[in-house]
Parts: sequence; structure tokens; C-alpha cells
Amino acid sequence: MGDMHEDAEPGGAMSKSPATREFARRERPLSPHLTIYRPPITMTMSIIHRITGGALYFGTLLVAVWLMAAASSQATFDWVNWAFGTWLGRLILFGYTWALMHHMLGGVRHLVWDTGAGLEKHTASKIAWATLVGSVLLTLLIWIAGYMARGA
Amino acid sequence: MSGKNNTDMRTPLAKVRGLGSAREGTGHFWRQRLTAIANIPLMLFFVGFLIALNGSGYAEVRAALANPFVALVLALVLISGLIHMRLGMQVIIEDYITSEGLKLATIALNTFFTVAVGVASIFALLKLAFGG
Repeated sequence: MGDMHEDAEPGGAMSKSPATREFARRERPLSPHLTIYRPPITMTMSIIHRITGGALYFGTLLVAVWLMAAASSQATFDWVNWAFGTWLGRLILFGYTWALMHHMLGGVRHLVWDTGAGLEKHTASKIAWATLVGSVLLTLLIWIAGYMARGA
Repeated sequence: MSGKNNTDMRTPLAKVRGLGSAREGTGHFWRQRLTAIANIPLMLFFVGFLIALNGSGYAEVRAALANPFVALVLALVLISGLIHMRLGMQVIIEDYITSEGLKLATIALNTFFTVAVGVASIFALLKLAFGG
């Protein structure tokens, strides 16, 4: 019975009336919101959260290559170790570390927000700045510890 | 909430289970949070492991990866991380790709990529753990 009722509508539920189509086509003034808007830090960190997530996605290839190299011959492992140790390799791994730290702190922020806490405008901005500062500090700390482990 | 639906005996959870275009209800949302929480200690372990191993050669790295505790935790790092990243990439695809055909294709590719990385990595871990 329900189906018959929907079929009774001419053109189905998805079609728009001529008046609706005319309204959609008409040129309407747009607020220049995106061009003059100073992005709040929460917005910037939200965009970076997504970008770092995407970077970490493809970064898993580095983990897979490293594990496969360790499971294969010494020559393969030494080559991968060399590639990761070049300046370009180190730069990519440094960026990878920062992406992981930023995405992790941003994720903690989202988990806090999920509870309903920290959503007040100024609090949210402070937490957003904290994720940026915290991610840089953690990344530097990890690399200092890494070089210390290497020296020891 | 009120009015006609007062007689509905189902809990709010029962009402949303199986909803959404993929009929999976809040499954995506929930798995994303669950793996996010699991990833925090797992990724910190992975980073700490790499710091400790920095500068080590072939034999040392293989011995460290062959340790049963390390192998098990790294398997969890991979599984939790890969599930999380697949869900995240699915959202990115659904947000930006509007063409229905391309969306389906990229969502399938997303799963293939995740499984390929996971299978290759876990095979390497098993090979090291069981002496390859």
C-alpha cells in the first residue's frame, strides 16, 4: 500500500517542480564569506587533521616496506635503511612523525569533544593551538630521543 | 520523543541500528572511535620501539621484531591503524567524490589498498616471528 502511494506522485519523489528549478538557476548574490573570512584556528586544525590523516594513510607504505625489507635479505634491508637515512628520507620521516603526533593530538581533541566537553568557543581555540604546539614539541622530543639512542 | 511514538518500546540504540544508506547504523562512527582510542597506546609503543631501534643493523632489527611480545603488539598496531585509516579515507572519498561510479571505485580501491598493506606487513611479521 505504501509503495502505491509513492507511485501516485507524478514523476516520483526526486523530480523538482518547474518553479524549484527556476529558483535554483537564478543568479543570487553570494556572501564573500570564504574570500574575506579569517579562518579560525579550529578550522585550520580541522583541515590539517584531515590532511595528516591522508598523509599517514600513504605513509603506511613506508612501514610495510621497512617490515618486508627486514623479513628479506640483508642487501634489501641495507638499501631501505640507506634510503630512509638520506636527507630526503629523513625529511619524509620527520614529516611522518609530525603528522602522526598532530593527528593523534587532534584525535584526542575530538574524543574530548565527543563527550560534550571543551566546545566553548575560546576553549576550543585554546585546545586547537595546544594540538599544534604539542605536536611540534612531541616531534622534536621523538627525534632528539632517536638521535640519542643512535649515539649511545 | 513525544506524541504518537510514545508506544515505541525500542531503545534509542535499537532505533538507529541498521540505519543509514549502507544499513550499518552507527557502526562506522563507533569503529572509528574505538580504533582511535586503541591507536593512542599502540602508536606510542611503535614510536618508542623505533626510537630504541634507531641506528640498529639488519641482525638487531630482525631479532627485535622476532620477539613474541613485539610481534603481537605490532600486529595490533597494524590492524587497529589500518581499520582506522580505511574508515577515515572512506569519509574523505564520500565528502569529495560526487560521481557515483568513481566513488564506488575509489571506495573499493580503499579497501584493496588497506588489505594489501596489511597482508604484506603481517606476513613479514609472521615470517620474522617464526624464523624465516
